[in-house]
Amino acid sequence: MTSGKRFASPQARLEATPRPLFIHSGRTVDPANDRDEPGGVFVRDGHIVASGGAVRPEDTPSDAEVIDAGGAMIAPGLVDMQVFVGEPGAEHRETLQTASLAAAAGGITTIAVMPDTDPVIDDPAIVDFVLRRARDTSIVHVRPIAALTRGLEGREMSEIGLLQEAGAVAFGHGRKAVASSRVMRRALTYAGDFDALIVHHVEDADLAAHGVMNEGETATRLGLPGLPSAAETIMLDRDLRLVALASARYHAAALSCGDSVDAIRFAKRARLPVTCGVPIANLTLNELDIGPYRTFFKLSPPLRTEDDRQALVEALRDSTIDVIVSNHDPQDVDTKRQPFADAADGAIGLETLLSAALRLYHSDGVSLLRLIDALSTKPANLLGLECGTLAPGAPADLLLCDLDMPWVVDADALSSRSKNTAFETARLSGRVIRTIVAGRTVYDYGSG
Amino acid sequence: MTFPHRHLLGIDGLSPQDIGLLLDRAEQAIAISRQPNKKRDTLRGRTLINMFFETSTRTQSSFEIAGKRLGADVMNMSVASSAVSKGETLIDTAITLNAMRPDLLVVRHQAAGAASLLAQKLQDCAVINAGDGAHEHPTQALLDALTVRQRKGSLQGLIVTICGDILHSRVARSNIILLSAMGARVRLVAPSTLLPAAVDRFGVEIYRDLLDGLKDADVVMMLRLQRERMNGGFVPSVREFFRYYGLDVDKLSHAKPDALVMHPGPMNRGVEIDSAVADGAQSVIRDQVEMGVAVRMAALETLAETLPTGTA
Repeated sequence: MTSGKRFASPQARLEATPRPLFIHSGRTVDPANDRDEPGGVFVRDGHIVASGGAVRPEDTPSDAEVIDAGGAMIAPGLVDMQVFVGEPGAEHRETLQTASLAAAAGGITTIAVMPDTDPVIDDPAIVDFVLRRARDTSIVHVRPIAALTRGLEGREMSEIGLLQEAGAVAFGHGRKAVASSRVMRRALTYAGDFDALIVHHVEDADLAAHGVMNEGETATRLGLPGLPSAAETIMLDRDLRLVALASARYHAAALSCGDSVDAIRFAKRARLPVTCGVPIANLTLNELDIGPYRTFFKLSPPLRTEDDRQALVEALRDSTIDVIVSNHDPQDVDTKRQPFADAADGAIGLETLLSAALRLYHSDGVSLLRLIDALSTKPANLLGLECGTLAPGAPADLLLCDLDMPWVVDADALSSRSKNTAFETARLSGRVIRTIVAGRTVYDYGSG
Repeated sequence: MTFPHRHLLGIDGLSPQDIGLLLDRAEQAIAISRQPNKKRDTLRGRTLINMFFETSTRTQSSFEIAGKRLGADVMNMSVASSAVSKGETLIDTAITLNAMRPDLLVVRHQAAGAASLLAQKLQDCAVINAGDGAHEHPTQALLDALTVRQRKGSLQGLIVTICGDILHSRVARSNIILLSAMGARVRLVAPSTLLPAAVDRFGVEIYRDLLDGLKDADVVMMLRLQRERMNGGFVPSVREFFRYYGLDVDKLSHAKPDALVMHPGPMNRGVEIDSAVADGAQSVIRDQVEMGVAVRMAALETLAETLPTGTA
């Protein structure tokens, strides 16, 4: 039902300062201050003035737009650290504009876009291009992650300082790892001088070889080449050793198995500057969802066993996992309507990110504070952004979510240009009803 | 009893009754092929398309003969000369095929799941999987079962040893599922590099030593090892592989004296099987080819009956 979804225009922000916004009678969840309480948020000039229990309906200022949250959760807008967008180069899959609509509908107020575009984001001019396109077309904040090496070829490091000045919030390698340990070590060492964050997709491509799904009984039954979890942990172990030699902040982008989070747990105990993310699909689905060769479940990293999923949920609970990402990767019919082994990896995930994550709250005993921490506060901190909190003075990037509203995912009704969702026909509890960026409502979901 | 499936995509999902039904019908079809007049009109008016994305002489001609003996119009689509080599997707191929209105489609493809993908997209057409990647090759397992049943009477309680490249073999997967379903004990013998992950979960016994695996065996199935996998990738060399996993007269003597020797073909003589065994008294490799035609006739006939305007 698209009729319920309403979006602001990207030009709205160029208009005069918005009216103050007074949101009351909600449940404010603010991990930065460890507070989950009945309350509201008062916003003026695009920033939070007051939040939590201090915001009471009877204090409504006369000049403000008033929103009765009706018990809905009010949380800092989500910050998604792993979003593949097709702009520039593959606009038929997704543009910054369509990605921003999907993000807004999912309560995501900042998307960090990946560098493996065409051309690759490895030059300050391309960072600038992405930021300008975002300014003109996107209704949420867009923050580019620049390529760690030129052309993502894994040989020469990119201009980390200049790219950072141009607006890159982190340095990554897209869908593949830097194979050379020597190049990775130098990049980690040099990046440390700029306090740059390195976000790495850990997979030993040589060991992964032609694997297309988790190696094991299910792959054997389907006759599909397996991808052992060791391909991930070997690369992660290597990186952790290199981090110990260097000084940069290191973030494993998207982990999929229990062994990997064990390695991160160990590295954190050794006080290495290490963090990690995990895709929402790996926290909520497992390899059995592939069923009869369903290519929308062909992901990178791959879905693994239920034991792995449970180990990831446990690691989320104990904060070994810092960040949850959508791993949004739009693919079209050409790349997905193929035999499983030939199909491209990836699924879209912006719009369903929070609703899917709420499964962990409703069914797996993960607290709302921890969920919002992993979806907003932690990623904002890692990327050096001021959002991700309801503290007075913070940017008013917010979401309102009816935690119990049931809905069934209909791919055609999603705002992304591509429809390859792993949650098609999934029954989810909890839906974003309003998204606010810099004090302006960019999305609202009418219940009528 | 009728066959409750519209397609034959794999052995997985067939009940022992389904398998028994196909084997019974195949047994009747053997007689047809042994008469001077081999032509029947069961499939008259039906169009059978053989679509082989991987080259195959044996399986493709076997399906062609089976179709023709039952009176179907058979067309072989050669992929080297088709649009697929020009980048057409499998789905586009299915759409094109739909417009030609085939009744039966036999497909071999290098990707696991390709036959089931086509089956989902085709209308009013029964699909037979003639091999999809390393997944399944159901008619091969059925013809192997028929060959054994002809000689041994039943599969129940037999010890069947499958030896060679299990990892890449769809024949092995289909056979493991079928033989287990029909009450045979399945043993696998292979170097560990050629065993799939978690294969022990399939209810099989795994041996690294061929002589141990052959002890008391009623049937020995040797699998083909492709040349490109012999030179250090999965096994160090041809001679080392033959030394440990190749079947010769001496090793065969460890099996039961009346053990059957089988091979799905094409054979690499001197790699996985010695000529003296392949051509010896215990070999039923030529029978397998004959049973292949019979099994495919049975499969075509059975699926044709489930077609919408079928002549049941």
